[in-house]
Amino acid sequence: MEDKTIKVLNQHPNSKQDSLIPILQEVQDSEGYISEKSVIKIGEHLNISSSKIYGVATFYNQFRFQPLGKFHIQICRGTACHVLGSASVLSTLEKHLKLKSGETSRDGLFSIEIVACIGACGLAPVICVNGKFHARVTEKSIIEIIENYRKENDESKN
Amino acid sequence: MRAKINHNKEFLINSVLNNLSNEEINPLDKNKLSIIRKEKTYRPIIYIGAGTCGLAAGAGKTISATKEYITSKQIDAEIIEVGCIGLCSSEPLLDVQMPGFNRISFEHVTEDKVENILDSVLKLETPETEILGQFPKSDSRSWDKVSSIYEHPFFAQQKRVVLKNCGIINPVSIDQYISFGGYQGFLKTITSNSSIEVCNKIEKSGLRGRGGGGFPTGKKWKFAFNTKADQKYLICNADEGDPGAFMDRAVIEGDPHRLIEGMAVAAYGIGASKAYIYIRAEYPLAIERLKIALNQAREYGLLGKNIFLTGFDFDIKVKMGAGAFVCGEETALIQSIEGKRGMPRPRPPFPAVKGLFGKPTIINNVETLSNIPEIIVKGEDWFSSIGTESSKGTKVFALSGKVSLTGLVEIPMGTTIREIIFNIAGGIKNNKKFKSVQIGGPSGGCITEANLDIEVDYASLIKVGAMMGSGGLVVMDEDNCMVDISKFFLQFIQRESCGKCIPCREGTKRMLEILESITQRPSNESSNAALERFKGILQLERLGKVIKETSLCGLGQTAPNPVLSSLKWFREEFEEHIFERKCRAGVCTELRTFKIDVDKCIGCTVCAKKCPTNAIIGSKKQAHFIIEEKCIGCGSCEEACKFNAISIR
Repeated sequence: MEDKTIKVLNQHPNSKQDSLIPILQEVQDSEGYISEKSVIKIGEHLNISSSKIYGVATFYNQFRFQPLGKFHIQICRGTACHVLGSASVLSTLEKHLKLKSGETSRDGLFSIEIVACIGACGLAPVICVNGKFHARVTEKSIIEIIENYRKENDESKN
Repeated sequence: MRAKINHNKEFLINSVLNNLSNEEINPLDKNKLSIIRKEKTYRPIIYIGAGTCGLAAGAGKTISATKEYITSKQIDAEIIEVGCIGLCSSEPLLDVQMPGFNRISFEHVTEDKVENILDSVLKLETPETEILGQFPKSDSRSWDKVSSIYEHPFFAQQKRVVLKNCGIINPVSIDQYISFGGYQGFLKTITSNSSIEVCNKIEKSGLRGRGGGGFPTGKKWKFAFNTKADQKYLICNADEGDPGAFMDRAVIEGDPHRLIEGMAVAAYGIGASKAYIYIRAEYPLAIERLKIALNQAREYGLLGKNIFLTGFDFDIKVKMGAGAFVCGEETALIQSIEGKRGMPRPRPPFPAVKGLFGKPTIINNVETLSNIPEIIVKGEDWFSSIGTESSKGTKVFALSGKVSLTGLVEIPMGTTIREIIFNIAGGIKNNKKFKSVQIGGPSGGCITEANLDIEVDYASLIKVGAMMGSGGLVVMDEDNCMVDISKFFLQFIQRESCGKCIPCREGTKRMLEILESITQRPSNESSNAALERFKGILQLERLGKVIKETSLCGLGQTAPNPVLSSLKWFREEFEEHIFERKCRAGVCTELRTFKIDVDKCIGCTVCAKKCPTNAIIGSKKQAHFIIEEKCIGCGSCEEACKFNAISIR
């Protein structure tokens, strides 16, 4: 991981703050996101405090600070889903994975994102995992769905 | 192949670029030029529109189908990927230049149509379908029964200056650009004019900034010219973030050398030796073509040190934006290039005095700079003869929304909005009724039926509460809800406000909340929410005015415009949302209520099963009913009903 950041930094010798955004863009291209370690490394290279770098990086929409999970879960919080209990589905999901929305689990397997409306109100509540829709999710079935993905991942490893 | 390119380079540099004395070129060279222009060819040339819009419409598949066709039939032909000619709704576009014939253009050429079209064209027969038109030329044969492309209603009223080459020439061939007269104006300028003469020329032409503000370009250049500094900078603003505007992208994808030449002249005028192009990272194809074009210009000695032995040094760097709308604002853009958070700062000092790295800096928009080469070649009087009293030249508009033909149009200033929408764009789609047109994106306003006859002109647009902006035209018909559109723009501004000033950061949030409350289904009519809703429209106007007056930068000062202008022209629609709780366009789903026609309902129970909130009751084979309190207006039942028994109340 760090090697990639160093590789990028080596291509920008003697650079100053005006190279910061291009460096961040290149680091994200090679690593997929901006890690805390990269921020510190970039800070040492450019002689800028890491808090300043973090400040710049968070200003722009382009930069991510956590890699997406292997299974990216989008949960619809539109009106129809809300009425049928997507709020409790979300809280079950967050409790079960010990994650908040916008975060990625430590093993890199799952990430949660709240979306406004997927446009499948007739199937509410809906979640979408890596582009695949799961309809009429309940507090019970959400755990099953998640565990199935975990199982699928374990099997593919073996 | 390589040897041939070098040969062209030598010829173009020696006989075209270094021949600035307007000497009549000899017939042999003339012939050479028309070969480079691809007007004379010994084999068929196939042009395919491969801008981002074309590729999205399937041009990639058309290209591979064409390649397959020529290899399988062993035809000696050349395929050239060009930029976008502007007619996005007819993409993918495919042109064929047969030896000795006019270039002929076809629309909607998806991969399955390639074979049929090429079969007949290669036999020199006119195909039966998908013909867009032909490009008439005096010395070539014309196609029978094919009208000129310039007579096509979409093109007939246009005057193409900036878009002249887009979709016509190969964007990544510097040879072609030079053969059509490119870079000659630039070289003439740096050999025979002084910097102040260039500034004067541009000032006299009446060119004004095309990025939104409309500040006179020549005047701006003079500020920088008159500031003494060891280093000055030129920045091209290609951070086109307005939803609904894409002309900068199309110019860079279709004719990048025009922008480079315009920048070179501008840099000479203000005395800058370094320039940046600040372009959105979301435009990968434009960035790629721009980089190729820059390398070509360096190879030909048109960029770099001591350009054509004149002692003028100039080079351009490409900087990618990182996704922040506010960076379209001059001072924020400078911060971003310096590697800081893209937040605007107060002016003065203006960037022309103290800008990038504390040095005098001129920031111009892509379209503004792309006008420069034509002004230099044809003269300031030619340019100022086009347009109206206060606005000279042409303007490119990105037409989208509910019109028959969408795409890029370039019209002389002074054309009316009605002409653009009903003559050029072919009117409203599906015979719907025109409602309004949003001009200038999230900073602009709307133009209604009553104002359709106003001329495109900086001053007259401001008079009706709109503004030129960057030139996005989003046309709306009766199916669009103005409250919803206002909400959309506020959501956009909320996401993109940098957060520096409170009026913009907090004020737009409050405006959004007011609009949300009037489009939401209230749970309890007697609560405080109802009172807030009634007060909403009064507060909205005042709040908007405060935000406009107290924000620091252009983003905040114009953020309430879409709401204020919708409110001005469509007040009754807002009031309907508030008092009658009704959305006439049926867009605000929470305000929709459905009813079941008892005569048509056969009691199949499909709707009741589909309903996400169990709001539909009724027993089998009996007419069903909707419980209004439970209905959330999602419309699932209407979609599910096979007997058209369910409709919006």
